[in-house]
Amino acid sequence: MTITEQRAEHAPAAEALLQLDDVGKRYGNVHALRGVNINVRAGEVTCVLGDNGAGKSTLIKIVAGLHDYSDGSLKLNGIVRRFGSPRAAQAAGIATVYQDLALAPLMSVWRNFFLGNEVRRGPVLDIVKMKKVCGEELTKMGIVIPDLDRPVGSLSGGQRQCIAIARAIYFGARVIILDEPTAALGVKQSGVVLKYIVAARDAGLGVIFITHNPHHAYLVGNHFVVLKLGRVVLDAHRDELTLDRLAAEMAGGQELEELSHELQGVDASRVVEPAAQDGHPHVAAPVIDERERAELQHEE
Amino acid sequence: MTATTVTAGDDRVATRSRAALFLSRPEVGALIGAIAIAVLFLAVAPAFRSVDNVGTILYGSSTIGIMAVGVSLLMIGGEFDLSAGVGVTTSGLTAALTAWDLGLNVWTGVIIALVVSLAIGAFNGWLLHVTGLPSFLVTLGTFFVLQGVNLAVTRIVTGGVSSADMTDMAGWGSAQKVFAAQVTIGAVKLNITVLFWVLLTAIGGFLLLRTTVGNWILASGGDAAAARAVGVPVTATKIGLFMGVGFCAWVTGMHMLFNFNNVQSGAGVGNEFIYIIAAVIGGCLLTGGYGSVVGASVGALIFGMTQLGITYAGWNPDWFKTFLGAMLLGATLVNMYVKKKADAR
Repeated sequence: MTITEQRAEHAPAAEALLQLDDVGKRYGNVHALRGVNINVRAGEVTCVLGDNGAGKSTLIKIVAGLHDYSDGSLKLNGIVRRFGSPRAAQAAGIATVYQDLALAPLMSVWRNFFLGNEVRRGPVLDIVKMKKVCGEELTKMGIVIPDLDRPVGSLSGGQRQCIAIARAIYFGARVIILDEPTAALGVKQSGVVLKYIVAARDAGLGVIFITHNPHHAYLVGNHFVVLKLGRVVLDAHRDELTLDRLAAEMAGGQELEELSHELQGVDASRVVEPAAQDGHPHVAAPVIDERERAELQHEE
Repeated sequence: MTATTVTAGDDRVATRSRAALFLSRPEVGALIGAIAIAVLFLAVAPAFRSVDNVGTILYGSSTIGIMAVGVSLLMIGGEFDLSAGVGVTTSGLTAALTAWDLGLNVWTGVIIALVVSLAIGAFNGWLLHVTGLPSFLVTLGTFFVLQGVNLAVTRIVTGGVSSADMTDMAGWGSAQKVFAAQVTIGAVKLNITVLFWVLLTAIGGFLLLRTTVGNWILASGGDAAAARAVGVPVTATKIGLFMGVGFCAWVTGMHMLFNFNNVQSGAGVGNEFIYIIAAVIGGCLLTGGYGSVVGASVGALIFGMTQLGITYAGWNPDWFKTFLGAMLLGATLVNMYVKKKADAR
């Protein structure tokens, strides 16, 4: 793998490794994803943000080969591809590190590292070599696990995440998809994982970082795509964006403005004296005008 | 356990001592149990100490142990086979009934039985894959189907409840030499099933720990979705494991046929649990992904020692099943305790 040092600040010169053109996905009459355009370039971190149900999982499944897409086209190195299975996507150089990491908890570190890509000498597993390579690769990424026979389940979440990333990189991935890698981690461990994302980028990989945390995304991302209800609502390079803007987009952007307008007069800073101990608290019905009532009934 | 070295990267993870590593192996609990049982009966049963009886104890263990190899691998792969007990009978009956009814060479019947046994295994695995039901349900179905087929087909073909006498048919003598031979080494009379047992245990243990397929078995049982995501052929692995149980059922069924000269059509019911007990005593988790073939064979040895030890000690053999149940619980608790201790070090 040769690394081309490309300090390209949103230079479109860099050829997109993975290109999604107007990709859509329908499950029956449900449009889970509509008109999504994403370009993933080598040596760049592309962050895909979105709240629950925004279509992030669908997008991952399409790129990882678990689902086919209904509309548009997916191009890898400029060639339109449809992956029939996760194996086909992997063979094409797309590795996915799922939220659940695809590690078997009771199996040892080295067995997990080589799962599905075992090294053999004749019909027999070359355990010595596998342990050696596994140890070297993990050390290269700064993870030291002296006992590779330890079951993966006994390691910390961050360590497991890093093993999964190291594995994807070692087995020749060119595009690596990370599904919410920091979602279940503490601050320290998130930091470690974000460092590995940068390490993968520095190794020349195209990284797709799926997250709902704009702060984590902004720490490492080059390019940001925000999904909402299956559509791209923001597609911007780092230069065109501030963290506040990104966070606002994530939090709902325009919706949030509307919501604050709706809640005018609520007086959020007010603190009310607790009710007298003998009396039951009385909750008054909120004042709702005709328009709001009509909207509520309409939604029902 | 003081052999801990501090590493530069993460000082919370220390290397474990050799003793802790040994104790964390799945078959350790079974080994400790086997030694305890052996000591107990050596102390209370004089006949247990006699060298002549070693062959008998090993024989009893081997008829369970051969099946325990296949069943433990399947359990490590995350599945059950409740049809394994009657599957043995089905295999024996298939060989006996086809050869007798069609007047074939006994060996032809043996081959047909192999094909049928493997097909039953493949069918179990396929049904599991297609329906997505738990293997407990799928094989409970096959268990009842086979039980009925055994009784009904034997009745149709021979008019009775056992296969007909075929000791004078072509190929009987040579087949008996292969599946039910006796070898005397010194004072110990060994049945050939002991050889089959040891051989299958060695092959099964090697397969699990030293081959790619073994890695797939561990992963399919440990986390099937994760295994599939990295490209492990989970469905094929599981079908293969069910076929492995079928193969072991064939070996055991052939021995039953050629050792006792006929097969009772109602035999084998309840044995499936004995195989599972052997595997669990040997360290296999009911949830899959963890266990040992050698451990399961040690579990079978515990079974054989207990079965005969009770008789040799002059105890009422009615208590055997009670003893077995208590031992299952005890062994499982010891396994858990030992594993916890070893992991904590």
